[in-house]
Parts: sequence; structure tokens; C-alpha cells
Amino acid sequence: MSVMERRLIREASFGLTGKLWRISWLYVLLLCALASVGYAALYSAAGGAPEPFASKHILRFGFGVVLMLSIALVDIRFIARFSWLGYLVGVVMLVLVLKMGHTGKGAERWINLGGMQWQPSELMKIMLVLALAHWFHKASWERMGNPLFLIPPALAVLVPVALILKEPNLGTAVITAVVGGAIFFGAGMRWWMVALIVGLAVLALPIAYEHLHDYQRARITTFLHPESDPLGAGYNIIQSKIALGSGGMWGKGYLQGTQSHLNFLPEKQTDFIFTLFAEEFGLVGGWALMGLLATIILGGLAMALFCRHQFGRLVALGLSVNFFMYVLVNIAMVTGAIPVGGVPLPLVSHGGTAMITVMIGMGILMSVHVHRDVEFVEDRDEI
Amino acid sequence: MKRDNKRATVFTRRALLIGGAQIAALGGLAARLYQVQVVEGARYTTLAESNRISSRLITPPRGRLLDRFGITLAGNKRNWRALLIPEQTADVAATLDNFSKLVPLAENERARIDREMRRHRRFIPVTIRDFLSWDEMASLEVNAPDLPGIVVDVGTTRLYPFGPSLAHLVGYVAPPNEADLALDNILALPGMRVGRAGMEKVHDKRLRGKAGAVQLEVNAVGRVIRELDRQEGTQGQDIQLTIDAELQKAVIERLGDESASAVVLDARNGEVLAMATNPSFDPSLFNSGVSQTQWLEWTRNRRAPLINKATSGLYAPGSTFKMVVAMAALEAKVVTSSDTVSCPGYLDFGDRRFSCWSKFGHGTMNLRDGIKNSCDVYFYEVARRTGIDRIAAMANKFGLAVPLDIELPGTRSGFMPTRAWRIGQGKAWNVGDTIVSGIGQGYMQLTPLSLATMAARIATGRAIQPHLTRTIDGVPQSGASPEDWPALGVSDRALHAVREGMWAVVNEQGGSAPLARLDLPNLPTVQMAGKTGSAQVRNVTREQREHGYKSENQAWELRPNALFVCFAPYDQPRYAMALVVEHGNAGAAAAAPIARDIMQAVLTHDPSAHREAPQRVADAT
Repeated sequence: MSVMERRLIREASFGLTGKLWRISWLYVLLLCALASVGYAALYSAAGGAPEPFASKHILRFGFGVVLMLSIALVDIRFIARFSWLGYLVGVVMLVLVLKMGHTGKGAERWINLGGMQWQPSELMKIMLVLALAHWFHKASWERMGNPLFLIPPALAVLVPVALILKEPNLGTAVITAVVGGAIFFGAGMRWWMVALIVGLAVLALPIAYEHLHDYQRARITTFLHPESDPLGAGYNIIQSKIALGSGGMWGKGYLQGTQSHLNFLPEKQTDFIFTLFAEEFGLVGGWALMGLLATIILGGLAMALFCRHQFGRLVALGLSVNFFMYVLVNIAMVTGAIPVGGVPLPLVSHGGTAMITVMIGMGILMSVHVHRDVEFVEDRDEI
Repeated sequence: MKRDNKRATVFTRRALLIGGAQIAALGGLAARLYQVQVVEGARYTTLAESNRISSRLITPPRGRLLDRFGITLAGNKRNWRALLIPEQTADVAATLDNFSKLVPLAENERARIDREMRRHRRFIPVTIRDFLSWDEMASLEVNAPDLPGIVVDVGTTRLYPFGPSLAHLVGYVAPPNEADLALDNILALPGMRVGRAGMEKVHDKRLRGKAGAVQLEVNAVGRVIRELDRQEGTQGQDIQLTIDAELQKAVIERLGDESASAVVLDARNGEVLAMATNPSFDPSLFNSGVSQTQWLEWTRNRRAPLINKATSGLYAPGSTFKMVVAMAALEAKVVTSSDTVSCPGYLDFGDRRFSCWSKFGHGTMNLRDGIKNSCDVYFYEVARRTGIDRIAAMANKFGLAVPLDIELPGTRSGFMPTRAWRIGQGKAWNVGDTIVSGIGQGYMQLTPLSLATMAARIATGRAIQPHLTRTIDGVPQSGASPEDWPALGVSDRALHAVREGMWAVVNEQGGSAPLARLDLPNLPTVQMAGKTGSAQVRNVTREQREHGYKSENQAWELRPNALFVCFAPYDQPRYAMALVVEHGNAGAAAAAPIARDIMQAVLTHDPSAHREAPQRVADAT
């Protein structure tokens, strides 16, 4: 390590210009590109009009970018200090949503804050990432070998997962568990423990199925045999596949998607926006969009690798896995590869608070990147 | 450092592992997409062709507004319209030319049709003409072979059987604008209308109803093959008003050509039985859009046909205000009903002389005679003793210059001056201002509705509020029973003295409004109590007065407004009324006879005797 670098790390903070230089503007550009795809798709979803989806979408994104950049400039050590407070707030909100939340489509997932409907489980995931990273960033390799040390963070994952399951929101609960698991894994959990947990999860599957709600089970059955109920629960999957399939290699052309425009495709502006896009732009367009999403996911992972403190690494890892899980579940869902789960495609689907939550996550990721070389006081103590 | 290095190495390795897994998963998805879109593409393309069930919404009929007996005040009427399906004719221009020969189309209509056709696909019908008459429709049907692509269709439109006579109260509907659409997307359905004024606006949401749905068999490009299933929407709720439509019509007819307004209340519970404003307009014109010339004619007319004078017209109350002054004085105990004031025809105060309407004077006046003769000097003096603030407080108590609970949008409260208001303007309140307020002149401005409220409160001693909604979807609304309204909180003796004065105005020899005496052969014992008012709309100087100023010789808009407030029957009050005849010159001559005729119609019709629930009346078609 050169003297110059050491000095940078030791500096308590650096100027605004310095921070602005360290923001990955290329990454910001990628996010803008993704939101533009969202605009185009939502414009088409409204039958070729900016109202009621597209113009709101781009406005929210503009607000989201400002929010993201503001968060990016906040010192990551400052954010770290409030990790557990944020986690507690998240859990309280989850409890509140169970007690007095507003039911949307059969599940209590929404809470009204500031005149907007929020899904606390979305914010919870970010808070969980921060809290786990805070727990593990002091942990040495040896300490990670001690199973007792892993019990408190395991509980920190299970409590929100259980609360989200109770809403019930199976999709988000699974994503939350996977994001938590990824941080355990990145922090250096021993392989035998990884194997043990994966094994236990597989064994628990049949028991979990017993405890699913009827509609969740219906989704799984219709997933296995969608044609059994073509106008009922299997309708979404079939219509989505028909829309995709009729799009073919090159698509039907922008604004020409018949399946989505004739209203065969339900929720085309939210969960099934990818279908609409791939119907109109074909496999080529679908792949291109997936390529863009993959670049954003791997870019987040790269930020984790460039970071020089454990906290930042784990936060970046968790957030990029979170983003990845959205994409995976959403596209797998619309292509009929997994049961439908009500997960939007980030920055493309219509939905205000989901967009804001994603942008908060992106802001924290950027903050990690801006502050990739800073030194935590606790680190110094350990040296 | 070493431990940290170990941690970092493990992290890097595992992060790369996760990255690899992510790439693999996304690769799997890409392959899945390839399978669905390309490998199985042909199969799904065929499925898309046969994808055939499309759900569309159908417009619900708007709820009706009914009068207190269930007569339709605003209903729905079938609207025959001609549509053009462009793809069904080889030559759109020729078809439209043929159409114009039967039903002439203006240049701008042709332009609109062209515009709409360009916007939609060729199988989407475009409206060519709404509101076809029976003859037009028949000629279109007969000539159908020459009109390929023309379809005659039926929709609904709003019908106002009472037209102008209830226009201000019932209001009107108009096509929704962008702002409405943003609030409720049901309005995007063809034929949906939004209440823009009156009760149509007040109850708009209830009247809208719920959209129905129709399942259509369509082919892959969306062309309708046939209808599979239909669920009619829910008609909007019916709203029953307190209005008696027949009475309303009679009132409007009696007002004739006058620019005038009359409000009839059930004095016991505040139900508005009639609320008439003259001149009026035809509300159905708004349904399809009002022409520029029509609009200019309405807005430039100095008799203001678009204004609901009953709730928004502001007038000095003139002598109809004297009851309030009397009540304020009695309650403040500055006079008793037997105290007298001597009237020589004027009152000098400071360097100003305040004239009585009778320049010969009335002699010695007590409260009853003061009201009976409408002696100005008596009320100048009583007002001076009482003071403006106590008068204003009493006015508010009687519903004057305070917000009333009437539902109608655009209702104004009116204005009552107080000392504090004048000081707030940075000016002093003069005793002279109080003196002119004693005869309802000066700064105060009141609506006919509030004057009717005052009359009802004098008649019953209850703080009734005027209201218009009787039942919503068959559910009676509160306020129908006299017990729903609290007592005014003034002494019965004072009220009684004032009522007696009002009785004398109409029924006693020498009263100021002998023309208001009731003459009902069937109800010989029923008597009315009332009070005239003639309110100047401009200052008349002493000089003008001495040079033989006669208001009836002035131009129309400079003549005083004529007012009358009354209630009946005197011994058991059930109906209260206020009437304003704009620039009618004298209350006794211009307003009293009209008031008498209206009250006779009210008593004959006796709407408040009928309290049963509304009957369901079939919609006019």
C-alpha cells in the first residue's frame, strides 16, 4: 500500500468535489437508460400516451435520482451508525402493517405514510442489509467460525422474514431470506454451515407448503399445470406466454403489441411490463433489456469488490443481490418459469414507492462506492 | 492486517462465486425467453390469433333527481345517434356526402369526424351525429343502402322535464374534462357526464353509478365478433329533493317577466319547497355544449339568467329587516313593545336629516304600529338606541349574513356590517350608519334564501336550516322533523310582538301591504303575516327629494328593489317565503301581490302535508 493511499484512508472526510468525482456516473447513466426503457414501455402500456403511467414514472425517477445522489454524498460510516436503528424502525413498520395495514389484492402489505402507500417489506430489506453488514464488518475470519456468533444475525433475518410471510407475501419473504443468506455467505460463513442450512431448507419445503395460503398453493398448482384453469389463476401465466411467444424473434414493433393493448395481459403496467416490452421488441429486445439489467447487477457487485472496508463490501453485495432477485423473480415469473409472485421489475414497472425504495438502495450503494477507501474507527482499533 | 486480508480474500472469492451464479441464472432466463419466444413462438402466435375474449366496460345510467313526490326533475332519455365504421365503406367521403343530404353536417363537424377517424383504427365506430330526431333516424334507415358503414345506435342523454324553471337548482351536466378523468377513470366511458352546477354537482358522485362489463369475442386485432356475456352496470343512486316541482312551476309562472327570485320554505323544518329565479336558461343545452353566441347572450344579459339569484343575488333588505331590528331592541331591552316614538316625517341627527317614507309623518308609533306602517323614523330611533353590533348579532341569529347549510354550490352568505368591520377598514362607525341600518339600508347585503330563512325562524322560533336533499337512494336524510332543529333562544314575547306587527301589515286596516291579504274560498280562516321592503339601489339626496324625485320615473336599473317576506298560516305557521323583484320599485305594489298569489298556491297545493316516501317512477324515455 502506497503512502498516498494510506493518507486518503486516514482522512476523516473529503470535500464535496472529491465525492462528486468518485460517484460512478457511468452507473448513474445505466440507471437512466433503464428508467428510459420503463418510460417507453409504460408509454406503450397506456396505448401510446404519456398518461397515466409514463410521465409520472419519469417524474418519480427524476426525484429518485436527486434522492440517490443526496444519499451517495452521505458518509457511509454515518449510515453505518444508524444501521440497527433503521432495522428496528423497519420491524416496527412491519408489525404496524400487520395491525393496521391496507390490504391490496388480498394481502396486508401497504402502509400509508405521507399520503403514499408504502410496502414496508421493501424498505426492510435495505435495513436488513445494513444491519447485517454492521454486525459482520468487525468479525474476523476466526470469529466467523463460531456458530454462536452467527445466531443473533440469523434471528435478525428470521424476524422480518416471518413477519413478511405473515402478511402474506411469499415472494418478498424468499427474496429477503436470500439477500440475508448472501451476506452471511460473503462475510465468510463456513462451507459446512452453508451446506447444513441449504439442506435444512430443502427438507423444510414440504412443511412450508402445508402452511401456504390457498391462493399461494393455487399459484403453484397452476404453475405446474397452467392449462387446468385457463380463465382463472392460470390466466396470467398463459396470457403472458402468449404475448411473449407471439412477439417472436424481432417483436411486433413499438406500440403494436396486440396482446397487451387488447387487455388480454393483466397488470401490464406493473408486474408484466417485461412481457409487454418483449412482445413489442421480440427476443432481441428482451435479451437487450436483460443485458442492461445484468450490467447493473454486476456493476453493483464490482463496487463491492472495489470497496476496502468490510461494511461497504457486504452492503454492496446485499443490495446488488437484492436487485438481482427482483429481476430474477420478475422475469422468471412472466416467462412462466416460477409461480406468479407480484414482484415488479425495478425502475421499469409502474409504481411510485417501489421506485423510491429502489433508488434509496441505489443511493446507499453509491455511497459505498464514493466512500470505498474510508477507514472505520473500529478497523483501526483492530490493527 | 493479516486477518483482514484473509477476510477480504474470502469475500472476493465468494462475491465472484455469487456473480457467477447470477450470470448463470440470468443465462438460464435468457434461454427460457428464447424457448418461449422462438422455439414455442409459432404455437403461441396461433394462440394469440384465437385469443378471443375481451372485456369492455359499459356506461351506467346516471341516477335521477326527483321532487318530493317522485316526479323526475333530471332523468335519462334515449339518444339516437349515427355512427360510422370506416372500414365498412369503400368511400368514406361519398358516404358522408350522402349522409349530409339527409342530415346536414356542418364544416366543423366534418373536420371533427376526419380527426377522430385518423386517430382510431378503421373498425372503431366514430360518432357522426348525436341527438337524431325521429324523422332523421327514419330517413337514415330508409336510405341505408346508400349509406354503407353508417350505423344508428342508441345511447342516453340527460333529460330535464322542467327545463328552465328548475335550471339553477337542479343544475346541469357536461362532458368530463381532463381533470375529471384524472380523478375517476369511469368517466372515460363514452356518454359519461359530470355534474357541473346545482344538485347535479352536489350529488355527482352518487349519481354516477358503477360501470357494467360486457364480454366480447374479438379476433387478434381486436375486431368484435359477437357478445358473449353482459353485466349491466349499477344505475347511479336516485336523489329525492325537497322541491315540489308543480309548485316551482307555478311560482316561475307567477314571476312572469320580472327579474325576480322567490324562495318558499317549510317553516317547520327548513325544507326548500320552491326556489325560483327569473329569468332562467335551458339546462339541457349544456349536455352537448353551449354555442358561443348563446353564452355571450347569457353573460351579457343584465338580468343575469345564469345567476341563481335566490342563493347568490345580494340585495339590501330594506324594510324587511325591521323585524330583526325590533327583535334586537326588545331583547336588549332598550324599548318595550309599548314604548312609543313620535314620527314627524323625519329624524334629525347631528347635521343630517333622515326622512321617513311618508313625508307627512306617522305620529305616535309603538312597535306594532311601527311594523304595520313600516315607519322609518320609529326604526331609526330604535336602531340608534340598540346599536349596530346588537342588531348584527340578532341578524346572524335569524340566519342573515351567516353561512347556511344549503347544499348548493356558489351560495353566498351576504354581509352585515359591524363596528369592528368598519374599524378594520380604518374608518369610524357613525351613528348615522346605525340609523340607516335600522331600515335595512346601508352596507348590508342579503340573499333571498337568507330572508326566507329569517321569515321561517320568526314564524317558528326554531333555528331551521334550509336544505334540499330529502332522501338518498331511498334513505331519508336528517332534518325532516321540526324537533331536529333547536330553539332560537329568543324570548317568545318578543317574537310574538313582531309576528303581530307582521300580521297587521297584511290584515289590518291601514297596514302597508293590503294587497297581500289572502283570499282563499276553501281556507277562509287562513291568514298571512308579512312585511314589505323597498330598498334603494342608489343614494337619493335631500335636494333631489325636495325637487320631486320619483323613483318610478327612473331608468329600470336605478329603481329600488321590491321585497316581501311572509309566513302562513298566521296562527300555525307552516310556510315561509321571501320574494325579491329586482327594480320593482315598491314592495307593497310590486312584490306583495305576487307573494300573495304564490302563498295561495302553496297553501292550496300544501306540499308539506305529504310526507310519504318517494314513489318509484319509471324513467321517461
